[in-house]
Amino acid sequence: MDLSAINPILLIAALMSAATPILLAATGELVAERAGVLNLGVEGMMIVGAICGFAIAVETNSPVVGFVAAAIGGALLSLLFAFLTQVTLANQVASGLALTLFGLGLSALLGQGYVGIKPPRMPDVNFGFLGDIPIIGPILFSHDPILYVGIAVVAAVWATLKFTRMGLVLRAVGENHDAAHALGYKVVRIRTLAIMFGGACAGMGGAYISLIRVPQWTEGMTAGVGWIALALVVFASWKPWRVLLGAYLFGGITQLQLNLQGAGVAIPVEYLAMSPYVITIVVLVVLSADKSAAPGSLGRTFHASN
Amino acid sequence: MKLTTLLASAALALGFAAGAVAQDKTTVGFVYVGPVGDGGWTFTHDQARQQVEAEFGDAVETVFVESVAEGPDAERVMTQMALNGADLIFTTSFGYMDATNNVAAKFPDVKFEHATGYKRLHPNVSTYSARFYEGRAVQGHIAGSMTESNIIGYIASFPIPEVIRGINSAYLHASKVNPDVEFKIIWVYTWFDPAKEADAATALIEQGADVILQHTDSTAPHAAAQEAGNVITFGQASDMSAYAPFPRVSAILDEWGDYYVARTRAVMDGTWESVDTWHGIGDGMVGIGEITDAVPANVKEEAMALKASLADGSYHAFTGPINKQDGSVWLAEGETADDGTLAGMNFYVEGITGDIPQ
Repeated sequence: MDLSAINPILLIAALMSAATPILLAATGELVAERAGVLNLGVEGMMIVGAICGFAIAVETNSPVVGFVAAAIGGALLSLLFAFLTQVTLANQVASGLALTLFGLGLSALLGQGYVGIKPPRMPDVNFGFLGDIPIIGPILFSHDPILYVGIAVVAAVWATLKFTRMGLVLRAVGENHDAAHALGYKVVRIRTLAIMFGGACAGMGGAYISLIRVPQWTEGMTAGVGWIALALVVFASWKPWRVLLGAYLFGGITQLQLNLQGAGVAIPVEYLAMSPYVITIVVLVVLSADKSAAPGSLGRTFHASN
Repeated sequence: MKLTTLLASAALALGFAAGAVAQDKTTVGFVYVGPVGDGGWTFTHDQARQQVEAEFGDAVETVFVESVAEGPDAERVMTQMALNGADLIFTTSFGYMDATNNVAAKFPDVKFEHATGYKRLHPNVSTYSARFYEGRAVQGHIAGSMTESNIIGYIASFPIPEVIRGINSAYLHASKVNPDVEFKIIWVYTWFDPAKEADAATALIEQGADVILQHTDSTAPHAAAQEAGNVITFGQASDMSAYAPFPRVSAILDEWGDYYVARTRAVMDGTWESVDTWHGIGDGMVGIGEITDAVPANVKEEAMALKASLADGSYHAFTGPINKQDGSVWLAEGETADDGTLAGMNFYVEGITGDIPQ
């Protein structure tokens, strides 16, 4: 056993990168759920974002354009879910599952010509002298722009939900759509926008995997991250900063357990392998002892005639 | 993949497959654990499926379902295939072992071929596997010769005999040319998860590994190695030549096509019997991908000689003296391992650190 083989600075830098796809997808889903919509199609939107981002980045030779395309792709796919659940009043759980299946198939079809191609690399942000600060530099100032976008999105969502009129209206729609409707708010329109925001975030999270973390296109490459993001929203009690904490915990322990295995730590591998799931859930459950409840109208179908 | 096959497989997967298949054709089904576009394991099985189609033309129809989870899902998919008139079904992952035997019991007239397993509980079940460990020997030789940090990273999938054989074979041949070599092994508990494989490769590289061996199916470790710049990798299952000549310096190739053609023919002739097949380099089931010029000429020569001796049977990858990890004697001088021990291999050889997950 050789713990000196693990470099904590590299480890923390790696966990921030590993957590970003989950973080983006979970934050988007949090907004949708706070608006009262349960969208189980996160995995499908992520993988479609992954291939849209990859394909457009390859075609335009620009990772930035790729990420924009990924957000648009995810949002477009989520519109399908919005149509099913908000217009035709279909069951949200079934529609979400269908969206994931559809997204996986669609991405495989779109990705036919992109297997084995290397995408353009997104350069890291140049922070100048900040990057040279010992310890803090490599941890905080050595990443690609999207990682910072992810953190900014969490902060923006938190501030919007807490301090703005828009956020209040969104939460009202999620807590009690009949009351919000009685006050004259457009429930369906607000929910559709929230679903699209969730789709855009999931799409970007997927593209982070295909353009930065791996970086290549293979079918099914999101490998269940969308489901982890979904669970994270629930365990984080629908609070943005807890989503960030949960994503970093999960990403961090995932990286740590791989490093511990490599260093030959005497903990059985099975426990190491399941530790990210267990520890993340335990920590968030302990935190959620403050009686945070799910949004009141979560998953319920709304129609103005009710 | 043609759109029609995609649609057909989707329909099949959803259980809406259209009625009976025409009786004059032999229908061959394939159950895949990953997507056909994984660039590795499942990709090679699908190449072999296409070889069957090319060989028999209109006399044979093939159907496949991809990304079938190893569990109840697999049993459902196989049952559906059998109900839809498949005459022969290849189930191409170790984890399908029990599902294959369960479904075979229900359909005595359908022939089943299970890859990499050892259970043949019914007369209509065959098992087949390739001696990948022979390829690992060649890999290990190149890895041990080329490493400068003497740390070799190994991305392992599941602690099953096949994976453990590969680790042991690679280690034996790496330490033969370089006694100082150290293996760092990471178990990722997946056959295919590009993000996780990339993470594992990165963790190994950060811990000083300058060679990455993988027993997982995606090309993600190659991308991570390329990023690092001074790390060599090996293609797994398929050539992964997109990353040649460097970091990918060679590959183990799975070549199932000839076997699939032979077994399909046996079904058509009515000569199919339950057998256990375990072929290696000599029988053409395991190939070695082109060794690139990134490998020094003398090392390449030695590797080719090793490959030749494995192919003609003059050398066995597990030839004593070999001790088990705990120091007890496994094979005496000149003794070679028997297939039974290899098939159930559950121990590391001497020199590998760490424990096998139980």
